[in-house]
Amino acid sequence: MNQAEKEQYLREYNILKSQGKPFFPYAVAKDSIMAVFVLVVIIVLSIILGAELGPKADPTTTTYVPRPEWYFFFLFEVLRVVKPPALTPFATIGVPTIAMILLFLLPFYDRSPERRPERRPIATTAGILTIAAMAYLTFLGASAGSPNQVDLKAPKDLHGTALAQFNAGKLVVGQSGCLACHKIGENGNDGPGPELTHVARDVPQNAIAQTLRNPTAPMPSFKRLATQQPQKFKALVFFLGQLK
Amino acid sequence: MRLLPPIPDRLKPAPKRPGTAAPQKPLELVQEAGISAVDWIDERTSLSGGLRWLLFRKVPKGTNWFYTLGSATLFAFLSQAVTGVFLAMYYRPDVAGGAYESVRYITNYAFLGEFVRGMHKWGSSVMVILVFLHMARTFFFGAYKYPRELNWVIGVTLLILTMVMSFTGYLLPFDQRAYWATIVGVNINGTGPLIGPYLSDFLRAGPEFGATTLSRFYAIHMLLVPGLIAALVGAHLYLVAKLGTTAPPWLKAEHKEPELEAKAKA
Ligand code: HEC
Ligand code: HEM
Repeated sequence: MNQAEKEQYLREYNILKSQGKPFFPYAVAKDSIMAVFVLVVIIVLSIILGAELGPKADPTTTTYVPRPEWYFFFLFEVLRVVKPPALTPFATIGVPTIAMILLFLLPFYDRSPERRPERRPIATTAGILTIAAMAYLTFLGASAGSPNQVDLKAPKDLHGTALAQFNAGKLVVGQSGCLACHKIGENGNDGPGPELTHVARDVPQNAIAQTLRNPTAPMPSFKRLATQQPQKFKALVFFLGQLK
Repeated sequence: MRLLPPIPDRLKPAPKRPGTAAPQKPLELVQEAGISAVDWIDERTSLSGGLRWLLFRKVPKGTNWFYTLGSATLFAFLSQAVTGVFLAMYYRPDVAGGAYESVRYITNYAFLGEFVRGMHKWGSSVMVILVFLHMARTFFFGAYKYPRELNWVIGVTLLILTMVMSFTGYLLPFDQRAYWATIVGVNINGTGPLIGPYLSDFLRAGPEFGATTLSRFYAIHMLLVPGLIAALVGAHLYLVAKLGTTAPPWLKAEHKEPELEAKAKA
């Protein structure tokens, strides 16, 4: 907007304003009705849905698949869409940071004096697309289950203690929330972590154990499990080691 | 300096007729006492000018229900503040089990505890939705353009702070979901370029998720960020009152009325 356009806007606006009504009581009345509506919605939600409290936090196992509050789903889904590990920082921080910078600077690069949405096709389309993308990603995040069981047949050549070890490890994987980020066979979500159906083909067992202790973010570290419940940790590593 | 907006006729007290007797009836006496108390305060603070400026400023005609989304967000924030104070009366940020136990106490034993916790939990979802709707309104109405750019920038900061509230509050019940979701969340922060590792170290209060992590989250959630939000909302609303709310973009002023133009210039 140049100086003339600015002055033109202020002139127009002052006329429109002088034709308006005082804030009190007219706008205040509308705002109050809306406030009552908001309060009723919150109360009804609280009565119907309550406030559940899951099992106590336990650093050694996750019986609960790590899932953020629903309005962060869209951020988490970006991780799932951007697969290659080299691009993870881009997905986790890059995309949101760029989005925030674009938002902050909006009034400084969109300088046209036009305000009617139908005459600002680029801004309006971008806005609608952003909303649609966020809604879609939120929907994806909401419908990705929170699996905590692995359905997988043991290899035929396992017997006795090895088989028991395999099944124990399978249980730990289910309980540890790995499936929120990894796919094993038909189970779990494909991303943000790599598929684990055949990890042992190119990653040796001790490297897997190393990864579990010191993983690359965003994967949580399972070091506590290793020190506090070495039995379970061993089973977990053994199980992953059989995924060929 | 501009004149203060006029008080609407309906709200002006009728002038006393000359020769009316001094107030006698109890109701009139109470009214007098009220007026003199207000006068006493105003003589010392000069607040009435500011209030008149705030309350009787004109709002352009044609403003619709979309314009209530901002105040609805503010209301949701106030509801969070009130329910949050009640939760803070019972909550203990203690990793060793105190945190979880205190939330269990609130949920199962405290009077109306689960109701208040539910209001705080679902109120956060309502507030996030309202912030986004309010932002969408100002975006599609072009309300971020001259002269309201600064108010938009303050608004984006408020959006980020609202998300920080959600993120830090999620850990506090310290159940399995809270714990593991937050670990992953902090790790995600850690993958950021340059400041990422420092940010996640700051959030965890060290390289490991430990005892001080929870009290750090608690202090951020109930002191630091709410204070920032309150201060920034103050600045946001000051600018709204100073610049006036936008007229709907479809409205055109009628230039044919010189009388009104003259009035607007005054
Ligand atoms: C929050 C999501 C998340 C969770 C939960 C998670 N991981 Fe991961 N995991 C990842 C990501 C992302 C990578 C990729 C890191 C990289 O490549 O640097 C990864 C990498 C791995 C690798 C290395 C794979 C390879 O090909 O090198 C293994 C093994 C692994 N995870 C096992 C597990 C196990 C077992 C669990 C559960 C106990 C688990 N993960 C839980 C996200 C997760
Ligand atoms: C805690 C969050 C927020 C609160 C409490 C809040 C409150 C308000 C209120 C009460 C108004 C008055 C007019 C109206 O209701 O539309 C307003 C106007 C405005 N807000 Fe916000 N707001 C918040 C967040 C935001 C965000 C996230 C943005 C955008 C990024 C934003 C941008 C604006 C703009 C540009 C105006 C001027 C609109 C106009 O004049 O028409 N606000 N805000």
